[in-house]
Parts: sequence; C-alpha cells; structure tokens
Amino acid sequence: MANTAHAEPAGETRRDFLLHTTVAVGAVGTAMMVWPLIHSMNPAADTLSLSTTEFSIAGVTEGQRIVVVWRGNPVFVAHRTKAEIDEARKVNLSELKDVQKDEDRAQKPEFLIVSGSCTHLGCIPLGSKPTDPKGEFGGWFCPCHGSQYDTSGRIRKGPAPRNLDVPPYKYLSETTVRIG
Amino acid sequence: MDNQKSVWRRAFEWHEARLPIISYIDHAVGTQYPAPKNLNYFWNFGFIAGFMLMTMILTGIFLAMNYTDHTSMAFDSVEHIMRDVNYGWLIRYMHFNGASFFFIAVYIHIFRGLYYGSYKAPREVLWWIGVIILIVMMATAFMGYVLPWGQMSFWGAKVITSLFTAIPVVGDAITTLLWGGFGVDNPTLNRFFSLHYLLPFVILGLVVLHIWALHIPGSNNPLGIDAAPADKIPFHPYYTAKDAFGVGVFLLFYFAVVFYAPNALGDPVNYVKANPLVTPNSIVPEWYLLPFYAILRAIPNKLLGFIAMFGALLVLFVLPWLDTSRVRSATFRPVYRVFFWLFLLNAIMLGWCGAQHPEGLPLVLSRLGTAWYFLHMIVILPVVGWLETPKPLPVSISQSVLKPAE
Ligand code: HEM
Ligand code: FES
Repeated sequence: MANTAHAEPAGETRRDFLLHTTVAVGAVGTAMMVWPLIHSMNPAADTLSLSTTEFSIAGVTEGQRIVVVWRGNPVFVAHRTKAEIDEARKVNLSELKDVQKDEDRAQKPEFLIVSGSCTHLGCIPLGSKPTDPKGEFGGWFCPCHGSQYDTSGRIRKGPAPRNLDVPPYKYLSETTVRIG
Repeated sequence: MDNQKSVWRRAFEWHEARLPIISYIDHAVGTQYPAPKNLNYFWNFGFIAGFMLMTMILTGIFLAMNYTDHTSMAFDSVEHIMRDVNYGWLIRYMHFNGASFFFIAVYIHIFRGLYYGSYKAPREVLWWIGVIILIVMMATAFMGYVLPWGQMSFWGAKVITSLFTAIPVVGDAITTLLWGGFGVDNPTLNRFFSLHYLLPFVILGLVVLHIWALHIPGSNNPLGIDAAPADKIPFHPYYTAKDAFGVGVFLLFYFAVVFYAPNALGDPVNYVKANPLVTPNSIVPEWYLLPFYAILRAIPNKLLGFIAMFGALLVLFVLPWLDTSRVRSATFRPVYRVFFWLFLLNAIMLGWCGAQHPEGLPLVLSRLGTAWYFLHMIVILPVVGWLETPKPLPVSISQSVLKPAE
C-alpha cells in the first residue's frame, strides 16, 4: 500500500470535504454580515417610536374633513353627512374593485378615518378642502394618475389597486382618537 | 548607448518597469490602440460621455462641500450654494445641466450603436455593460434630483419608490427598506445622498470594463464590417484630436444652456421647498426619464406598468439575439433602416407623452408608443432580420471608397 498517496481516489476526498465545508462556512458568515447592513436601512427605533398620534374630533363639524399627520404622512378624518354614509353603505359590493363593507371601515359611521396616501403611487388625493374636486364618487380624487375614491375611501376608478388603508386607531374618549 | 538617453527618459523607463501605467494608457486610448479609419462624428459621443462623467464628479465633489443632507436644511443649503458660495451658482448649474447633457451624449451614443449594429457579435458583453451604465446613471440622476429637497424632489421620490409596492408579497417591505421610515423622509434623503455620491464611481468602474470589452474586438465602424489592420490608424493622435474637437463643440451647447438658460430643463416647482402634505398639480420627472415614465403610465395596472417600465430597459440586454440579421450597419439594411427611424421617433413621442397629463390623446399615444416599442424589439427585429435582403457589403473599408479600376 505504499503507493496510496499517489493514487487518484474516486469520489470526494477528505481534502475536498474540508475545502467545501470551509467555503460553505465562509459563505454563511458573509451572508450573516450582510443582514445587519441591510437591516440598518429599515426604520430606526426613534422613527418607530413616533408611531402614534392623538387628536380631537370635537371641532370637526358635519360635512367637514380634516387632515392629521401620522408618522409623517397625512390621514384623512371626515365627519360624514347622513347622505355620505348612506351612499357608502348602499353601494352594490360587486361594483367594488377592493371589496369591503363600509361598516368594516369606520368604527363610528359619522367619522371616517383613512390614510391620505393614494394606494397607487402615494400622492395625496384631493377632496379634504371644501374647494377641492372630490371625484365622481364624492370622496377623494387623486390628481396624479386619476384614481377616484368614494365616501368610504374605497377605490372606484383609476389605477390604484386598493382602498385607502384604514390605520389602526382607537377612541380614547368620545372626542379623542389615537392612531397607531 | 544607455547614457545618451535623457534623464527624463531614464526616469520614465525606471517608473514604467515598476508600474507600466503609461504604456497601459497608451494601449487603451493612445498610439497602441488601432481604430478604424472611417469613424464618423457619431463615434465622438463615447468620449463626450466620459468627459461629462468627469465633469459631474468634479462639480459634485465641490457641491457636496456646501450641501447639507438633512430635510430641514437641504433646500436652504442649495439656495446658499446659489447665492452665497463663490461661483456656487456656476458649479450647481454645471452639475444640474451636466446631468442633462450627460444623458444627451449617452442617448446619442446608444442610438449610434442601434444604427450601426454595434451590439452584435462579438460586442454583446460590451453592449451589456453599456446598458448597465445607463441603468445606474438613471438611478444616480434620480437620487441626485431628490437632494435639493424641492416639491418635485419629494414627490418624484415618493412616486418612484412607491413603484416597488407593486411587487407582490415583498413590495411593502422593500419600499419601507428604501425609505427607512413610513414615507420619504430624512432617512431617505440621507441614504440617497450616500448613494448619489457612490454610484458615479461605480459608473467609472463600469466605464473601465466597457473600454476593456471594447478593446477585445476593437471599435465597430460605419460600414459595420471587420476592419483590416491596413484600414486602421492609431487612436492617438488621430482620434484624440478629433474627440477633443468634438468635446469643444459639445461644450458650446452645454455652456450656452448653463449661462443663458440654466433653468430651461428644470421644473420651476422644484424651487418650492418639499411639503409632504401637498402634492403638486402634476408630477413630471426629468426629461431623460420621460419615455420610461410614459410606458409606466400607459398601462392601467400597477404591477404590469412596473414590469413594462423595467422591461423596456431589460429587453436591451437580449437585443443582440432579437436582431437576427448578421449585417451590422443599417447602411446596408434598407428595411431595418426605416424601422430604426420609426423607433427613434416613437421614443421621442413617448418622451412627449410622459410630460403630459395621462388622459385623452397623450394617453392613447403612450399606449400605442408602448406597444410599438415592444413590437419593434420582440417581433419586428427578428422578422426583418430573416426576411430582408441586405445590400452587398464592401470587401474592405478601403474598397468602399476606392473605385475599382475600369
Ligand atoms: C453620474 C454622475 C452624476 C449625475 C448624473 C448627477 C445628477 C444630479 C442631479 C440631476 C442633481 C439635481 C440637481 C438639482 O436639481 O439641483 C444632483 C445634485 C447633487 N449632486 Fe449629483 N450627479 C452625479 C454625480 C455626483 C457626484 C460624484 C457627487 C458628489 C461627489 C454629486 C453631488 C451632488 C450634490 C451635493 C447635489 C445636490 C446639490 C444640487 O441639487 O445642486 N453628484 N446630481
Ligand atoms: S398616485 Fe394616485 S393615482 Fe397614481
């Protein structure tokens, strides 16, 4: 057996095994180093801690809409009229692109609280100021690419894929709301 | 006899023996690089693009000395550059318009390649690197445009980053990662500045690879046939001189805009400070991105629009195989030549559409233009290559000019 050292052994040798495991450990180690770098780009702790906003709806009269800021982005608060609520509730659900009942979108029917970022590409739809165009469905109209939302903030026409998001919110009292 | 060489010559040889950088450059763009003798002025634009890259890096470094990448100060720091910094206005206007002229040079350079078949074998990898450079340039310019933190900076950034929400499942996570928050905000501005500073140097590295890949087969030429050694002349001094002249002419146009119409290519809305609660009436990207923006908006479905926009760029990677003709230059391809010009006109029309509100005629035209863009790439190119009868090719570059003896 003196010539084993020179023979070409078939299959994987001990040397191959050591090489492959070393490379594999190196690759996993590198991948583990990449994650902290990527994750450092995600929202930082102080950004996350700004996650709630409190405001009062006492001064918002019927028919009025206001915009509050939550996490740097606008949130629409609409004190809806009876007609607006009825319109939102009587619509035939099969007509909707993103099917959702108005009942599931407003904790109190009089107050609709929805994100003010268009679900298409993030512009702010018009309709919160009395002079703004509200679109064909009486809700909001996005000037960027023409998405139209109804009085429940649901997408009815245009390129936006989803209804305006309903942020997580809670009534702290009759008139105070906390978003986030 | 060694000691008859001048001291400079000896110092030079001493250094070259240790780091042959001068011979290296001489091989790359000097006396040792033989180039076809029939290159026309369209071959100037590669050099011009390189020149503009250096201009952008140089002006950018000096801008960065006075710029502040914070949402509360970015806008004011750019105004400070414009009003207070010595020659700040010149440096900023050169950088701002330099981006446009960089794209002008690169687009002419690309259409030159499309006309003369420079993307075909054996130059496919060279072409790929070019396409990567174009994509990285677009990313760089997009992020640069965000830095002055005007209304168009902010809303352009919002709309373009929101494109990524179209990706199923991971889209929202990617967008949050890009933003570093819940929307475009200070973390976004910071990282865009970091990347805007980095990417031009990545482009510089890609340019080195581009030129390396160029030197393997050598330059294409207006006839598209392989150039015989006898039909080549040294790059230096012939083409260095011609390129210097071309840069001079190009600079006349560039500085005419820098000095006399510095804001003609910009959007006045960007002189209004960013306001995250007010969307401007219409969001229009810089002109060099408009054809792709038109493609995005032509398609009423968010995900498909996203795919079409990136697809329009990515399809360029397979262009060498979509074009089935082995004749390179359009000079000898009577049918392809017609489609080339239609493609160019279509691209310009798409650019116009991208600046209009997406409704009525512009919307119809952008849909037709988008369809034509992909039809040209995926159907017309292969079919024309199969069916067309090219004109006879000259045997050599010299033969094309010398009349055969009667
Ligand atoms: C590929 C090369 C580059 C391109 C295409 C490019 C493009 C742009 C564009 C379009 C802007 C917006 C101009 C405006 O609206 O005011 C900009 C701004 C800026 N760029 Fe660049 N850039 C390049 C290289 C660089 C480099 C290398 C640096 C830094 C070393 C730099 C630093 C800056 C700074 C500080 C600003 C903000 C000031 C301003 O807005 O004028 N750029 N860039
Ligand atoms: S962002 Fe609202 S329609 Fe496109």
